[in-house]
This record gives sequence, C-alpha cells and structure tokens, in this order.
Amino acid sequence: METISDEKIKELEIKANNIRKSIVEMLYLAGSGHTAGALGMADIFTYLYFGVLKHQPENPFWLERDRVILSNGHINPVLYATMAHSGYFPIDELKTLRKFGSRLQGHPHREFLPMLETSSGPLGEGLSQAVGMAIASKMENGIDKKFYCFIGDGELDEGANYEALMLASKMRLNNLILIVDRNNIQIDGSTEIVMPLGDLVSKFESFNWHVDQINGHDFREINHAIYNAKIEEHKPSVIIAKTIPSRGVREWEGNYKWHGKVPNKEEYEIAMKELEILVKK
Amino acid sequence: MLNQIHKFNTKVFNPDVERKSIRIGFGEGLLQAGIENQNVVGLCADLVESVKMNIFADKFPERFIEVGVAEQNMAGVASGMASMGKIPFMASYAIFNPGRNWEQIRTNICYNNQPVKIIGSHGGINVGPDGGSHQCLEDIALMRVLPNMVVISPADAIEAKKATIASAKTKHPTYIRLDRNDKNKAVLITTEETPFEIGKAQIVFIPEQGLAQVGIIATGPLLYQALLAGYELDKKGFKVKVMNLSTIKPLDTEAVISLAKETKAIITVEDHQVSGGMGSAVAECLAQNYPVPIEFIGVKDKYGQSGTEMELIKYYGLDTNDIIEAVEKIFKRKTG
Repeated sequence: METISDEKIKELEIKANNIRKSIVEMLYLAGSGHTAGALGMADIFTYLYFGVLKHQPENPFWLERDRVILSNGHINPVLYATMAHSGYFPIDELKTLRKFGSRLQGHPHREFLPMLETSSGPLGEGLSQAVGMAIASKMENGIDKKFYCFIGDGELDEGANYEALMLASKMRLNNLILIVDRNNIQIDGSTEIVMPLGDLVSKFESFNWHVDQINGHDFREINHAIYNAKIEEHKPSVIIAKTIPSRGVREWEGNYKWHGKVPNKEEYEIAMKELEILVKK
Repeated sequence: MLNQIHKFNTKVFNPDVERKSIRIGFGEGLLQAGIENQNVVGLCADLVESVKMNIFADKFPERFIEVGVAEQNMAGVASGMASMGKIPFMASYAIFNPGRNWEQIRTNICYNNQPVKIIGSHGGINVGPDGGSHQCLEDIALMRVLPNMVVISPADAIEAKKATIASAKTKHPTYIRLDRNDKNKAVLITTEETPFEIGKAQIVFIPEQGLAQVGIIATGPLLYQALLAGYELDKKGFKVKVMNLSTIKPLDTEAVISLAKETKAIITVEDHQVSGGMGSAVAECLAQNYPVPIEFIGVKDKYGQSGTEMELIKYYGLDTNDIIEAVEKIFKRKTG
C-alpha cells in the first residue's frame, strides 16, 4: 500500500509489543539466546507479517506465498513469535524454545520446523539462498512472489554476502528485498569498532541495488520503503533499517551486552511490566 | 578374468583400449538429465568449459547460471533454487567445491537436506602439472562426513554419465567426484550395458576358478591400475578379486563384507588422502563387522606437486606395482 492509516499503525504497534512480550518471555524461559536483535526487529517483522506478506499461516506450504529468509538466525525469537502470533502454530509453543525435542531449535532448523524456508545460524549465508530462490522464481515466469531476506549489519563482515550482492544485481532480481538490521552492534561491541562498515548506502548503491535507509521503528517509513521496493522494476532492493537494539525495554536499549544474553527473573519482570504499559498506551 | 556378468569392456587389457574424459561423461550425463527433467539447472563458478558444463549450458542457456569465481555463494544459491523445486548441479574444481564452500554445503544443503548435486572436478593427484594447490586429496573425507550426503567417485566416463543421470533422480544431496586426466584420458572399463545403481559395488575382476585370496577395492579411475595389478597377479598365480566401489556413501556394506569373508585380506585403492577417504570407510565397516588385514593405497599425509599424471601416481605410490606389492605384503600378513 502506498500510504498507511493511523488506525493501522496503532494496530501494528500493539501487535509488535505483544510480540516483544513473547520474545522476552520465551528467552527468559529458555535461559539462553539473543535478545537485542530480536526486540529491535519486532516492528519490521510485525509490519511484514501483518501488513504486506502474501501468505496463508494455516497453509504454510502454499506455493504462491512470498518467502521470508532469515539469515541472522540468532534473532529467531522474533521470527517464531511473529509466526505464532500470525497463526502458524500455538503461541504457547513459544515456551519450548531451545528445549530438547522442540520444533523451535536454538537456531532455525527446517528439519524440525519444515514451514521455515531455510535453516540458519552460521552468518553470511541467507542472502545467497534468497538469491537462488528469486532466480528460480524468475525462471518459472509464474506468479510474482517476493523474497524478503533479513540480515544483520555485523553479518555484513562475511565476504560471501558480496558475492551474492553481485549476482543479484547481475540477474536483475527485482523480486528480492533485503532488509539490513542496522543496529550498530555485534557480539564484540560496536560494528564501527569491530569492523567498520561505514557508509552502507553507497556500498549497496555501488553494487547497483535500489537502496532505502529508514527508521526501523517507524511504520510509515517501513511501509514506504517496502512499497518502493515492491514496485522496483530492474534492481534488487535493500532497506537499511536503523534500529535500536532491545527496543521496547528502556534499560536495555542500545547496550551491546544484550546481543547474546537473556533476562534473569528480576529483569524479566521489569521488562514485561514496561511492555505491558506500551501495549495499553 | 573380467567378471562378465556386468558386461565390462573386453578390450580393457589391450593397449588400444578406448579412452574418454570423465568430465565429458559428466557433461553428457547432465545434458541427458536436463532433457529428461526441466527442473534440472546448472551453476558454475567460471570453469564452464573445463568442467564440461558447456554441453548443458549451450542447450539450455536459460537454465544455466554463471556465478563467477564465487563458490560459497554458488552453494547457497543452489540450495535456494532447490528449495523452489529445482535440481541444481553446481560445478567447479574439487578444491573449491566442496573445498572452499564446505560449510555452506553443510548448512545450506545437507542440514536442509536439499537435492543439490555437487560436482568436484580435478579430484586427485592426477591433476598433474597444475601442482599441489589444485590437486584435491581431501574431498571424499569432507563429503562423506556429512549426514544426508551421497558420495560417488566414478571410474570412467560412461559411469560418470550414468551417475549424473541417476543422481538427478534422487532427492539426496550428492557429491560426484571427477578427475582431470586430460592427456591420458581415463580408460573405459565399463560399457553402456554395464548396470549402474547408486550404492551398489561391482566385482570387476575374478579368478578363473575357485575363491579369491585377496580383495582389491578401488574407487575412481585408479580402478584401472587395480585391474592391471589383478591381471599381473593372476598371471603370477595369485587369486584376486577387484571391486569397483564407485559409491562411497552409502557404502555397499554387504558387498564389502562378502569380499572380506571370501578373501580375508583387503587392499583399498584411491587417488585421495588415506586419512578419511574410501579406505577409511571400508575399514570402519570391516572393523565393526568382519575384521581382516587391510592395506591402504592412497596419498599418505602429503600434498601433491607438478608432474605428469603417471609420474605422480608412481611417486605417491598409487600405481600397479604399488598395488602388487601391497597384495604380496598382505598375503604374508594373512598367512604369516
């Protein structure tokens, strides 16, 4: 859609905070996992699944569906929570995250949850797979599907991404939409200290991609960027979404230490209370 | 004598035996697979002619993707295409594919259990003048350790063609190893009439009569050296059987155990590191089921170097004489 109404935005905000609550709860119960990125991407995942994605949660293998490829598999709590809230599986199942026998493996594993488009965790590999899917879809000359690939900014340290960027532009994959979580953190600290990424916009432009940079928590900007990417006729698109790690829990926001840790009981209770207030606002 | 139940090439011991590039066998097989199934697609990393994917690409340009010198990306792209219903064949030299892109093959292809076919050309010391950097001696070990993966090392061009066509019909990720042998093309041991089934070993050479005293198990084009050794040993009065173990995984355990039971002594022959290769697979099987003495013909913890194929095979201990010596040695171990 070209524009988005205030009512729709309000609805998405509530949805996103409910998803955040699920993320915090599942990570607390799991006792390990990655918090910051999952919370930071909750708005975009919410927009995608409740705003634009062509999918049928009750029929996850519908051939005409758009595909979501999560490259940075460690933020899978946001994928699982959004899928559950969309109706792919019971919300209660989120409590099994990272437990023995669970479909919700610590990093996404398609053998355990076949409705996932791929398994991931090892970084720098999702984009290549999304490119392969988009190429295969173009070969079919059939129904126009979109391929949404999520990638972390720290993940852009992996060189194979640039092999995939080149192929995507060579093949004119205008059905491919890459969303970079530009939260400026990675495990060892700030992305600009660990391995400076610099000006991502010009980097992607030099690979001949259509580039948009947005506030990843502003539904108007998200909507606008995805709309532009969808109508792009010649190039693959990248949306560089500036996000705040751990968005929604003020104490944790922006702190890279939350990249790979989970809340204890006290932190969990404070976070849930804060998110509850946001939902009711 | 040849075990003609499988209709092998009767000229195999003649000096004028036919020879053909194993890579061309693959190329022709891929073309055939592409004709039979429109979902078959090809991907290559800037070595289209060298790995003979041009035969397919010329016929089906719209089903061929040139990914450039980017083997890691190629593995991911192939996995993505497979998840959309394609049957991708991705080819390069073995040192890069599956050497360079091993982890992408593990996670994107095998962990996802996608039916991608990985073609590693230039496997083994036979690569020759290019030298050690390009002689991949580790690929069988790298591939057979992966759950879900099928590993095939065809002995000649006809078998490579059949393996390629057969692999396109399975849902399994599959590794097919090809050798280079440009000048000294691989001898045709099998014929169009020889049956081929993934996972089935074949006895190629048998004693004129009676039980065999030693079993030689070979994979890839070194099967020819093993056959020459069998022929010489036969003349010397040793009774040997020679097996073509072209599918290394899943291992034809029944055939391997049966050969061990008959001979009580096994020689394995491969153009690969002894560590982790076909011989290791045979040893793992026999140690658990029917332990017998084993001698391993293969490269022993060394890198290759420049030279002709025959110079290198001799230097690294993989030729007919080395196999004969191993048989004589194991015969002493067995009887002594």
